[in-house]
Amino acid sequence: MTAVTGESALQGPGLLGQPIDSREDPQLLRGEAVYVADVNLPGTAHMAILGSEVAHAKILGIDTKAAEQLPGVLKVATAADFPDLMPLPCIWIPGGVESHFPPHPYGLPGARPVLTGDAVRHVGDPIAVVVAETERQAVAALAAISVEYEALPVVTRADDALAEGAPQLHEAVPGNLNAYWTCGDKDRTDAAIAAAEVTVELDLVNQRTINSPIEPRGAVGDYNKATGEYTLYASTQGPHNHRFLLSALVLGIPFNKLRVIAPTVGGSFGTKGYLYPDMALVLVLAKALGRPVKWVDTRTGLMNSTVQGRDHRQHVTLAGTRDGRITAVRCTSYANLGAYPSTIGPGVATALMGRSITGMYAIDAAFCEVYAAFTNTVSLGAQRGSGRAEAAFLMERLVDRYAGEIGMDPAAVRRRNLVPAEKFPYDNGLGWTYDSGNYQENFERSLELSGYADMPARKAEARTRGKRLGVGLATYVAICGVGPSTRMSKEGMLGGTWESANIRVHPTGEVSVTVGSASTGQSHGTVFAQVAADEFGIDVNTVNVYEGDTLKAPYGQGTYGSRSYSMAAPAIALTARKIKSKLVRAGAVFLGIPEDRAVYANGKVFEEGNEENAKTFAELAMAMWYGWGLPPEIEPALDETTHFDPPDFNYPFGSHVAVVEVDELTGETEVVAYTAVDDAGNIGNPKVVLGQIEGSIVHGLGQALMEAAEYDDQGLLVSADLRDYALPRAADVPFFALDKTCTPSPHNPLGAKGAGEIATVPPAAAVVNAVVDALSDLGVRHIDMPLTPEKVWRRLRGEGAEQ
Amino acid sequence: MNGAEERFAAEPNELLVERLRDGLGLTGTKVGCDTGQCGSCVVRLDGKSVKSCLVITVAAAGSEVSTIEGVAGPGGELTGLQEALRQEHGTQCGFCTPGMVMALGELVDSTAGGAAPTEPEIREWLTGNLCRCTGYHSVVRGVQRACATSRQEG
Repeated sequence: MTAVTGESALQGPGLLGQPIDSREDPQLLRGEAVYVADVNLPGTAHMAILGSEVAHAKILGIDTKAAEQLPGVLKVATAADFPDLMPLPCIWIPGGVESHFPPHPYGLPGARPVLTGDAVRHVGDPIAVVVAETERQAVAALAAISVEYEALPVVTRADDALAEGAPQLHEAVPGNLNAYWTCGDKDRTDAAIAAAEVTVELDLVNQRTINSPIEPRGAVGDYNKATGEYTLYASTQGPHNHRFLLSALVLGIPFNKLRVIAPTVGGSFGTKGYLYPDMALVLVLAKALGRPVKWVDTRTGLMNSTVQGRDHRQHVTLAGTRDGRITAVRCTSYANLGAYPSTIGPGVATALMGRSITGMYAIDAAFCEVYAAFTNTVSLGAQRGSGRAEAAFLMERLVDRYAGEIGMDPAAVRRRNLVPAEKFPYDNGLGWTYDSGNYQENFERSLELSGYADMPARKAEARTRGKRLGVGLATYVAICGVGPSTRMSKEGMLGGTWESANIRVHPTGEVSVTVGSASTGQSHGTVFAQVAADEFGIDVNTVNVYEGDTLKAPYGQGTYGSRSYSMAAPAIALTARKIKSKLVRAGAVFLGIPEDRAVYANGKVFEEGNEENAKTFAELAMAMWYGWGLPPEIEPALDETTHFDPPDFNYPFGSHVAVVEVDELTGETEVVAYTAVDDAGNIGNPKVVLGQIEGSIVHGLGQALMEAAEYDDQGLLVSADLRDYALPRAADVPFFALDKTCTPSPHNPLGAKGAGEIATVPPAAAVVNAVVDALSDLGVRHIDMPLTPEKVWRRLRGEGAEQ
Repeated sequence: MNGAEERFAAEPNELLVERLRDGLGLTGTKVGCDTGQCGSCVVRLDGKSVKSCLVITVAAAGSEVSTIEGVAGPGGELTGLQEALRQEHGTQCGFCTPGMVMALGELVDSTAGGAAPTEPEIREWLTGNLCRCTGYHSVVRGVQRACATSRQEG
């Protein structure tokens, strides 16, 4: 894939789909981009947060006197200092079922306190804050705060938390059960399983993992006494959303008194879309002290406070015929929500996972039930591929288990059960209706590109080198484009999930695009400029994109669920079309021709059949700015906004093939080849998407091979820094073989589907399938992630329980 | 410091990264972890790439320190490595990027005139720098491109 260069290549239309260089990259490569830790306002004071050292206890007393006396300390505060601060709300409760939450006074069902005053419920639970002249002074003073605890018993697993006699976390949540949520048809599924020729079952642990953006979170609060306005700089995926939630539901101030600015954000993958206590604290402390207040997290702090992902324990069953037709799938899942409901965690653990479990397969009967429970761990939230990755993992493990049981090639089983191309739109029976797809083409392409037919010979060759080669397939469908607001309301999401864009054409012909979305590294400035330039047929370099500042940008939910290109970009395209339509009307006036004779194409309005009689985009921009000669029904100026709420989600999909070599002596697993064929519909900038696909796959490989949030029986996170929590490094992966298919979505004017995180969905399943394949002649039928060398080595020696 | 002399008094326990970011305002160097694992704070000390969160400032006295701010030309012109990383889109959120440019700069410099580093050598060199966005592929391709370009030009 090479960069497009030269003037003509940068001129739309035809610009969309071109791999132009990211315009964000030069300043990133020069270290010039400003992240939240680089925001230094004059007079800034520094905040540090005291997190609980124990996982579950009553707080009997907090003594801050010694800390207050230390050099540089300006303020030490506990929950008692902020009686007016409301708790942080949860806005995605599982729809259609009874849910139990710790309450929020605003009438919302779910909440967590900004600072906890009565009890602590996980290690790191914020108890007190110090503000000092320097960061070092603030951190030093934390050690002088003394907290008296009365220890309570600890529970860290969802299934344990639901057992009789388990420690209770919240008074309002009897038995720690947040919700019992189901989708699909239970009776039909049970009957199909009872009547089946073959059934297979697995007990799966989809282990808790930590997203680990390389930039820890941070927040800077500022308060303008003269205007009563607050400004929050935060590493956030959703500045508008945070503005709404913080102003109305936490601070209790008018919406328009809070401005949220997301500077350059150093990765997120889901975790920075959540409300955290620090965001409210820097604002109220900035007002109290009359100075800007800054807080920047540490890595260990991040691991003990930023939402974590996955964490399901599941019993899953698949039923089918002897000749490879899947007739039913059933999942019982215990989801661990952590100590408090995070902003949207309960929805992630239920709908995003459960409605996806049948993947690319047409299955007559399916049912999923989720028991969502509170435990003494960090709150659960989204993580790159969230919900959909857990769903693909269980389904793709089951398909391989089933193929082994009936002695059929796993590829043949998949081929037999794919949703046929002529069945779209396809209702999967679990609540999603897939928009478009050609799964056969996509799947066959992955087999061909990976050289699947040659695997037996490669296995034999590997054995001569002391290696066991295994091959693993995994397919997936990923719901993206969150979302249609009405549809999301049925899932229990409180809030509009539409996205908006404003386009202002300046008198000199340059264009400013502002969107509600906010990049966390996805080159929005490049891709969104392409969308506008393509529509207008103008030089992409004349288009600037602005986002991430609630004062300047129109409302939007932000970047999550791979929604920017299928939500914000369509809003841009539709806005450009409004402007073009106005230009046709005005252009006809300027050209002195009837409106129905005027045409907009290639960056100008001209007379049909006489392209010489034309006004260019820049000429029209100037003429519209003057407004001279316009009839009363045409307003001067070019400034339009669109709010885009699609009719339904979109459903990207794909097929991945992992080839691993397991070392017979050491149990080490090496991914020696990886093939991915993904379908994200029409793509705006293939260079940008390529990077996201590659990064997503590595993230998924991380879960399969090395990543795990490990809690001990006292609720201490023992993998709380990057020495103990392994992230994939460059030497852990080979180059990948990548290709794509393209079935445009009918649900937006660009035919776009989500892309950013979709390739994180199948790799864990593909790799575990591959390792199990490598060890299958030893009778190994499943190994829990992560597939560490020790775990695999024990299985090579015949140790370990078998299902 | 990037070619200019800096004189200051440092506390005995001050870390070089603190001096760079808080003392000298060179915020291009990033802090991503507490333990020397992520590589976002890599700078070059007398030409060798080091993690500046693991260097006590006073231990760097008398050394040449170069940071990301001193890499590009005075008009912002990208070096061959930076340009190659730009062409391969070897950055997404960009937080780990300055550390990578500093670490990889040493690799490209040290192999200039000799054999180009192999893919495994590049990947091994990169193991001190964590990236969560790119999966490293575009970064490895960028180094390959930079080495190929410098050899053509050299």
